Amino acid sequence: MTATATPPAKTPLFGGDEKKAILDPLWDNNPIALQVLGICSALAVTTRLDKSLVMGAGVVIVCALANVIISCLRNLIPNKIRIIVQLVVVSGVVIVFDQVLKAYMYDLSKQLSVFVGLIITNCIVMGRLEAYAMGNPPWRSLLDGIGNGLGYAWILAVVGAVREIFGAGKLLGVQVIPQALYDGGYVNNGLMVLAPGAFLLLGIIVWVQRAISGYVEK
Amino acid sequence: MLAFEVIPDLLTSAGEAAAAAVAAVVDEPGAAQKYVGILLRSIFVENILLAFFLGMCSYLAVSKRVDSSVGLGIAVIFVLGLTVPINWVVQEYVLRPGALHWAGMPDSDLSYLQFLTFIASIAAAVQIVEMAVDKMSPKLYAALGIFLPLIAVNCAILGSSLFMVERKYSFGESVVFGLGSGIGWLLAIVSMAAIRWRLRTAHVPGPLKGLGITFITTGLIAMAFMTFSGI
Repeated sequence: MTATATPPAKTPLFGGDEKKAILDPLWDNNPIALQVLGICSALAVTTRLDKSLVMGAGVVIVCALANVIISCLRNLIPNKIRIIVQLVVVSGVVIVFDQVLKAYMYDLSKQLSVFVGLIITNCIVMGRLEAYAMGNPPWRSLLDGIGNGLGYAWILAVVGAVREIFGAGKLLGVQVIPQALYDGGYVNNGLMVLAPGAFLLLGIIVWVQRAISGYVEK
Repeated sequence: MLAFEVIPDLLTSAGEAAAAAVAAVVDEPGAAQKYVGILLRSIFVENILLAFFLGMCSYLAVSKRVDSSVGLGIAVIFVLGLTVPINWVVQEYVLRPGALHWAGMPDSDLSYLQFLTFIASIAAAVQIVEMAVDKMSPKLYAALGIFLPLIAVNCAILGSSLFMVERKYSFGESVVFGLGSGIGWLLAIVSMAAIRWRLRTAHVPGPLKGLGITFITTGLIAMAFMTFSGI
């Protein structure tokens, strides 16, 4: 096991383009930190980690499926009405996700309230459809959708985890900050649960991400 | 095609609903106070952008200049004031369980179609507003420019409609809520644009420039708006 470098692409099924499609959005071209897309529905659900994870999963699924469907249809869609076709496809996928969520995780779907529906207007989904799926074959579009969904989901998960730990002292509902600290006078940070905390936190995450990746806005 | 077939129905039912709402206002004492409450709440306390993060994308993209953010803000007020009541009518007479009673189908429950119909009615309303503005005031149309069609995918619009359903507003309340949300959004984006204008000459660390500092400033504005929660 000396192969530390990435294995050469042998099959056309998973070549350089495919790898780029799925890995690029995770860091180098992250949808939230660099493309500035999809922040709309990102922040309100991140008060707890479980909500962020479900929301992240939803965006991955919707983004991947919508990308595949639009990519299959890309040569059939008249250019003039493509936006409305994209909206209909995305809404269809979101409706399925919402119904599944209502059937199997009813409490969580109540707490996510309107934000599941707002995946429809999430700019990441529309942006990827427009920028990628309209011009690429289905398999690569699927990978691109998953990649962008994951790039969005991990930031959501980080924000969710930080807000839950500092806002409620818990992680996934389990107490992580020991009781001894509370006895010693430690208090939960109320700001984290409120909206401004999310803005500040996301600003800091973007700062750190860009400081590491070396991207500077002109 | 479909949208155009539905519109006459919508208009008649909107008329009936408006009459009902007016009757409700006249009947109910203290109604005016309730509307003022909803208005203030949607503008300041539960600002659609600063408390629910809706409409962030266009907020971040357009808040670089004050004049264009005013244009977009006015367009959003316009569209919100129109689509929230329209979607209220759609929800009340087509989608909610038992809503198709008037069509002889008392057992119907089309609420799973909510997202699709809302987004379709928003897209149609935006299209109609665009045509109307173009006909009636070419000057305003030129000023709003590309912003009008973009509003169809602004999450604040769909979000307000979904909130309206979730909070079970009446027709009159949904009108007030739509307008209030729009005004709140305008306030947020215009104040941000003014601050960003000033930030251009500030020394911000490289990686924090642009998006990062905008988020942190938005956080501070949101904190300021939270002090309204007493009213």
